[in-house]
Amino acid sequence: MKKFKFAAVALTMVALGLIIVAADHIDAPAVQGGSSDITDFYAFQGEDNSNMVFAVNLQGLMSPAATEAATFDENVLVEINIDTDGDFIEDLVIQAIPRNGRMHVFGPAAPASTGTQSTINSTANQTIVDITGYNDSPRMASNGGVTVFAGPRDDPFFMDFARYGEVVGGTAPGFNDPGSDTFAGTNVMSIVIEVAKNIIGSTGTINTWVETKEQ
Amino acid sequence: MQLRKNIILKTLNLNIMKNIKILTFAILSVFIMVSCDDDGGDSPMLDFSGNYTLADQMGRPAINTVFIPAAMKDAYNETLPRNQSASYMSTIQNGLMALSPAFANAGDQNALGQDAEAFASLLSTDVLNVSLDGPTTFYDGTNVLTGRNLTDDVITVELLLIFGGEDFTENPTLSDDNVSANDKAFLSSFPYLASPF
Repeated sequence: MKKFKFAAVALTMVALGLIIVAADHIDAPAVQGGSSDITDFYAFQGEDNSNMVFAVNLQGLMSPAATEAATFDENVLVEINIDTDGDFIEDLVIQAIPRNGRMHVFGPAAPASTGTQSTINSTANQTIVDITGYNDSPRMASNGGVTVFAGPRDDPFFMDFARYGEVVGGTAPGFNDPGSDTFAGTNVMSIVIEVAKNIIGSTGTINTWVETKEQ
Repeated sequence: MQLRKNIILKTLNLNIMKNIKILTFAILSVFIMVSCDDDGGDSPMLDFSGNYTLADQMGRPAINTVFIPAAMKDAYNETLPRNQSASYMSTIQNGLMALSPAFANAGDQNALGQDAEAFASLLSTDVLNVSLDGPTTFYDGTNVLTGRNLTDDVITVELLLIFGGEDFTENPTLSDDNVSANDKAFLSSFPYLASPF
């Protein structure tokens, strides 16, 4: 018996605070809307399938005007964690930090320490790229098997978030068909890092997650 | 770089209108800033020291937002993946069973053959599992949780796994938001993401 009791479910969802704003857009109250707020994280095989691509997006739901003025925060370190042996502890990290209009990317390299505190491993392989301006074509730079981009991009996330809100709020019985992409026409600040797979490992599965850390 | 030049030029123009004394200072500032820029790749003047403390984290899309109660969101966000399962698995399992009629009854499973406990166990450690060997996708009909592509319809996949039941047919009005692709085409080459609006 799997009858859908809509009111009960809707109430439960509201009670649990189950409001998706986006994939991770504005997920935790303490970082909401700030320069450390991660909106999304992707990891996929590159155009050259011997490479892995990590894409991190920050500062969601920006209008074109907001995007033109947007910057990366020099006090916010973006850290991509890579667990290669299945214990959910980072064995390699890639660290990205902006300085004077450029993004400095260190690693992948073994971290000095794991966990909630980090220092920047400035002796690791460093890839430096000019942060792409709003009206510029993408700037990229490569060093030691690592290619980097940093700048504004269209938010790649898509979802009918508005309707979702109505569904969980109990004012709509289900999704529309077709739905409407709440994130259409909005931008994010992106860091895209392509890494030769052989720097990470030869075979198998890795676990990866992204963190922002503030000074 | 271009932005900085513009700012410097604007600063100069402004100062010319003021007086020679400030102009001299502005020119001096330009020389200092140019010398900062000329240090090339080594950047010996840049300061990378200091301690950085966790602010936000994310693995799979929408785990914190969907499954963690509002009062626990900040705490979950500061819990390392290695510790998340021990602290939050039962919360996620209870949420899943309360949330979805497709997990309301004993023996209910999702299309991956997971009951609420098994699905909660997977979800409670918020990392992306990524294959180094083959196709990377959240779900493409064949491969499951081998990465996350830009084109993956992750929300519909999650809705299907939550509401769709054993064969993705249950609760059809809840298991697909019917937005299945981005509003701009992705690039086939680096940096892959589309230009901003």
